Amino acid sequence: MSSKPVQPAIEGWFTLSDTPQLIGSQCCGCGTYFFPKQDHYCKNPDCDSTEFQEALLSPRGRIWSYTNACYKPPAPFVAEEPFEPYAIAAVELEKERMTVLGQVVKGVGVEDLKVGMEMELVLETLHETDEDTKVTWKWRPVTDNGGQG
Amino acid sequence: MSGEVAIIGAGMHPWGKWGRNFVEYGVAAAREALADAGIPWRDVGYVSGGATVRCGYPGYVAGATFAQALGWQGCEVNTSYAACASGSQALAAARNKILAGECEVALVVGADTTPKGFLAPAGGYRPEDPDWVRFYLGITNPTYFALYARRRMDVYGDTLEDFAAVKVKNAAIGSKNPRARYRKCFSAEDVAASAMVADPLRLMDICATSDGGAALIVCSLDYAKRIGKGDAPRVAAISTVTPSFASAVVEMPDIATDSAAAAGIDAHSFRASLPMKAYEEAGIGPEDVDVAEVYDLSTALELDWIEDLQLAPRGEAAQLLRRGDTAVGGKIPVNPSGGLACFGEAVPAQALAQVCELTWQLRGECGDRQVEGARVGITANQGLFGHGSSVIVKR
Repeated sequence: MSSKPVQPAIEGWFTLSDTPQLIGSQCCGCGTYFFPKQDHYCKNPDCDSTEFQEALLSPRGRIWSYTNACYKPPAPFVAEEPFEPYAIAAVELEKERMTVLGQVVKGVGVEDLKVGMEMELVLETLHETDEDTKVTWKWRPVTDNGGQG
Repeated sequence: MSGEVAIIGAGMHPWGKWGRNFVEYGVAAAREALADAGIPWRDVGYVSGGATVRCGYPGYVAGATFAQALGWQGCEVNTSYAACASGSQALAAARNKILAGECEVALVVGADTTPKGFLAPAGGYRPEDPDWVRFYLGITNPTYFALYARRRMDVYGDTLEDFAAVKVKNAAIGSKNPRARYRKCFSAEDVAASAMVADPLRLMDICATSDGGAALIVCSLDYAKRIGKGDAPRVAAISTVTPSFASAVVEMPDIATDSAAAAGIDAHSFRASLPMKAYEEAGIGPEDVDVAEVYDLSTALELDWIEDLQLAPRGEAAQLLRRGDTAVGGKIPVNPSGGLACFGEAVPAQALAQVCELTWQLRGECGDRQVEGARVGITANQGLFGHGSSVIVKR
């Protein structure tokens, strides 16, 4: 990684700490979580609450499924040259009872993944601009020593 | 059942990459359906068009566009947008108009010309648009199909060979369908040799987008009897239900599923819920189905649909496939048209194309694609924004 300042690829969607978390919201009426954040109406058909609080989502979950991208996606994706395939995981968060997609960290391929495997959230470069390094959340298999924790 | 309408005509413009205006395909399909029904255009009291929405592309005024192209004759028009289910929603509108006694005969029509190149979102920084977000993060359409496919492998033990066998089966039967775009037979080796796109799906596991048009003439049972077509296949049920919260499967273009954390909320599968309403409405069960046309956006997805339609217990569709049960000549043939594997997707026409195939199957007119003795057929499809449909046709 270069020495450029680090900026979130999408502002306000995740914390930039050493133990990053996705920033979602939770309905004050029924407890439903939302990611991305939802602040105006609750999508639970039995709830008409309009009050929400910010909620940091569980940084760990289990793989619901996974795949990879063998071809360069179109813009707005910013690809490295030459393009390197990357894995993608759908990870189920137990407490929130929801599944969140994300790239898997560099160096981990589909052959290293399995449905049910425990994953944790980390930040990694998505792409660089002239001014800064844009980081995003990615999933990484949890190692025995608890990863970076 | 009193809620039924008759399908007295079906027509299609062959699928392909013709590059002409979509209106041309819709008119060709409509004229074929009218000729098939043996009725004059001026008898049609309602034109119900299936539309697509694509950056100002004029498919969104489908009903009026086709009515004008066929020659204004003072009928009423309707335009339905429901993504991949647009055709079914247009059919439902026509059925309701007929059952309400407001018209006797309706034309239902959808057609599409697929734009060239990648379907990518508008540029800029637009995190409020889920489509922009997922492309920015590197998640494309095949990502979602591949997630579903991989889950089948890890949870049910499906194999790459199973997925290839779906393609081989659909290519073999589609090669006999003059309306299909791809009419070449493929071997499992051909599929295995095609490029990996999104592991475990290869290029030949994923359907293309196509140009095409499909049309139906539907009418009251009285009208059908009057013109000597009282035994025509009937629309027995149309389901266009939304998902039920919390939707547990991550769907294009979303980055996350609903949360099922609230008390009293369970996780639901949208695909599995679609045929349930159709079965209930038709008063039949999966054991009564002779033939199914399902939305095989990928080979693996055909297996998901077989279970969603309850034609096999969850996780056992591949066993049906391996036994040859889902091929024409088997117990429950699936996609005797060749499916999307041979057609490619023409969004606003595709749900109608499925019903066209069932109509011809139930009339016994499919030649060497014929499912012997077919009397009940079901369709299933799913598209963007919580749209999907399942139609039951019976004779």
